[in-house]
Amino acid sequence: MPGDRIGGAPDSVVILGAGHAGSQLAVALRDKGFTGGITLVNGEAEAPYQRPPLSKAYMANGQGDALWFLKPESYVAKDIRLVAGPAISVDRADRSVTLADGTSVGYGHLVFATGTRNRPLPGPWADRGVRTLKTLRDATALRAMLDQTRSLAIIGGGFIGLELAAYANRRGIDVDIVERGPRLMARAVSEPISEHFLAQHRAAGIRVHLDTGVASLDRVGRLTRLTLDGDSHVEADLVIAAIGVTAETSLAQAAGLAVEDGILVDEQLRTEDPAISAIGDCARFPSAHADAPLRLESVQNANDHARLVAGRLTGTPATYDALPWFWSDQGADKLQIAGLPGAADRRVRRGTAESGRFTVFSFRDGRLFAAESVNMPADHMVARRLIASGGIVDADALATPENALKTFLQHRQDA
Amino acid sequence: MTVITFAGPSGKRQEFVTEETTTAMTVARLNGVSGIEAECGGSLSCATCHVYVAESDVHKLPPASEDELEMLELVAAERRPTSRLCCQIVLGDNVDSLVLELPETQF
Repeated sequence: MPGDRIGGAPDSVVILGAGHAGSQLAVALRDKGFTGGITLVNGEAEAPYQRPPLSKAYMANGQGDALWFLKPESYVAKDIRLVAGPAISVDRADRSVTLADGTSVGYGHLVFATGTRNRPLPGPWADRGVRTLKTLRDATALRAMLDQTRSLAIIGGGFIGLELAAYANRRGIDVDIVERGPRLMARAVSEPISEHFLAQHRAAGIRVHLDTGVASLDRVGRLTRLTLDGDSHVEADLVIAAIGVTAETSLAQAAGLAVEDGILVDEQLRTEDPAISAIGDCARFPSAHADAPLRLESVQNANDHARLVAGRLTGTPATYDALPWFWSDQGADKLQIAGLPGAADRRVRRGTAESGRFTVFSFRDGRLFAAESVNMPADHMVARRLIASGGIVDADALATPENALKTFLQHRQDA
Repeated sequence: MTVITFAGPSGKRQEFVTEETTTAMTVARLNGVSGIEAECGGSLSCATCHVYVAESDVHKLPPASEDELEMLELVAAERRPTSRLCCQIVLGDNVDSLVLELPETQF
């Protein structure tokens, strides 16, 4: 009821957002023995679900229930109060959150796990039928449309765009990808990996237009006609824009918290208000793995942030230093990334692109800091351990396929 | 239909009945079984859904793929001959019952 106030005991935790970070935090608090109240403000009508499969497995199988983090009854069993929400304001002086239905929820500790929102589409794109993917509802609509689609244009050559492109291509849909930058996934992977995936997608029959912006976009009958830079054209039944996201920080900003494309937090993921933390995609945090504070869009980051804050709220505070890792499934290729593949002074490769199974290891100042594996899950797992323990490993030895990777871990442990 | 039991390292047992074809990882996650992290959601990328299949049930499952075997090399807890990643264990009419023991840790 409007004006009613629920909870508010000092030990009650309110979590804004029920994606990986928020859902994992609720579960981790219970796993660590937290007995106070937990309110998980979902912000969507569906039970909380995993987003990464929306551009991958869900497109193929359409099984929405399989995406749930927990069955609805498991929230009851764990005494996690799941509310649809969304939250519309935070009153830091009163330590309360107001929900869309007017209800006020008091908190002892508040956690922003609000994730991201899709970057807005330029000008008239949305009116001309350009679709985006963010929610399960979006994905369900796209699946249905793809059944009727013979030609698809995807704007944006990042993970989401490429995963969708690979899926559509496998279904026999004619696919164009238009990427403004000079290479695919430029923000997340090294040049050799961009090149490999460019070759793979092109070999599969996808037309990839690099260094190409969309100058204009018009409806021509039932088709959408994209005029590209240089005045070439692409026509498609369906256009999807996958042009990235920005941190969802509007509530935090309105509450007076410091925000710079991400809610600013310290090495324990606390905001400037000791009663408020921020985790997952919406948080910008100091990291030993980067020179400037990081904001990462990944499951690993969401889960590890959640567990760190769950630990702090149950009496075992720690500094966040987890190694970032990511994955992407594109067609038959599984890409796994350990660390942040930025500027390297040396890269070595194990395996060959021709074999379809290889890893690119990146070194800086003699230390391994990132590894990108294509269909080499064991390399990925070894690399994560090597990098997390300081990256002290010989590049030439690593590049020699006769040296079993696991032995590098043993050498390290023996040392 | 499969009757699946997760047995924790402390002896706690949780039993579930599944009607649909699904994976053991999905059953564990949906029911909030502690000790199965399943960080990557079943895409064979993280090795945090490690289980030990009860000796008496090993014969009920097809063998692990090459990729799964590679990932099992690097599980956090002790690797045993009965180790599996439970995102790769498909439950359906072929498996009437299954007991999976949880390792001490997934990290």
